[in-house]
Amino acid sequence: MSREIDELIEQAKDGSHIAFEQLVRLTYQDTYTLAFRLTGDEEDASDVVQETYLRAHNGLKKFRGDAQFSTWLHRITANCANTFLGRRGRNRTDELPDDSVVIDLNPASDPVHRADVGDLRDQLTEALRSLPPKLRAVVVLRDIYDLPHEMIAAELGITESAAKVRLHRARKRLRERLYPMNGQFDAETDGDEEAHAV
Amino acid sequence: MLSEPMRCDDVGTLLAASADDPTLLSEPAALHVASCLRCQAERAQYRSILRVMKTLRNDTVTVQPELLGDVLDLVRPPAEVVKFRRPGSDRRRAAIGGIAAAATAGAAGAIVVATRLASGKRLAS
Repeated sequence: MSREIDELIEQAKDGSHIAFEQLVRLTYQDTYTLAFRLTGDEEDASDVVQETYLRAHNGLKKFRGDAQFSTWLHRITANCANTFLGRRGRNRTDELPDDSVVIDLNPASDPVHRADVGDLRDQLTEALRSLPPKLRAVVVLRDIYDLPHEMIAAELGITESAAKVRLHRARKRLRERLYPMNGQFDAETDGDEEAHAV
Repeated sequence: MLSEPMRCDDVGTLLAASADDPTLLSEPAALHVASCLRCQAERAQYRSILRVMKTLRNDTVTVQPELLGDVLDLVRPPAEVVKFRRPGSDRRRAAIGGIAAAATAGAAGAIVVATRLASGKRLAS
């Protein structure tokens, strides 16, 4: 697969549109999945994917192969989603509240009863969607896609330290959401850092 | 001089930070965790979440069927986009061609009739 992609990249760089189309076919599902995780919306994810491949097409000659093609695409996707969400944030006034931590006192929600990994996956997917986009982007790119802090910071237009702070806060919120019995939302430190992080 | 022992609240942020890199936990924090069941449980929860996060990497979300075509249309060179024009466009082009042909035929007929009428008048006079 990787070798095939390398060959396609070389052909696409030489101007083969068929090769680039094949690259799109091989990668668009993965790209869409990341876009969906970052935006949390099907339509938005589709727009981000189209923008991503347009940029990838126009900038393919700049791809030097230092990182994997998938990593390069993930970076572009993250950048496009960040731009898209920023634009949407300015245009929309009906955003959901960011701090929706639910304390569930039902005994059935006790971690002991929810040890099944499949169950935890579903809950985690939901918990990720409930995160504010800024926090979600960092934790998705770092903990699911393994992008280094400096790359994440570069694509989101923030400092590396801000990216780390957002990551820690996102992890904390996920834990509080998944294990609510011993988690308390740390509201007082939240607003302060957000101002510094941007 | 001995430094003050760390408290759970102090260690909390470090646990989130060190979920994927235990070396980020300072020595005093590590000492605290080693003797604190609450922080050990918290660390286990972070690690558990991280493990599940890694498994999400291989998941794919169902893609809207028209997305691939939309992306390919965007990156195709213009000539090929024309070649792969939607069927609706061809029908519209055929309809416009038909109207143009009918109009031309009508105009030609009108010219013929007018010419004949004019020549008929000349003969009569």
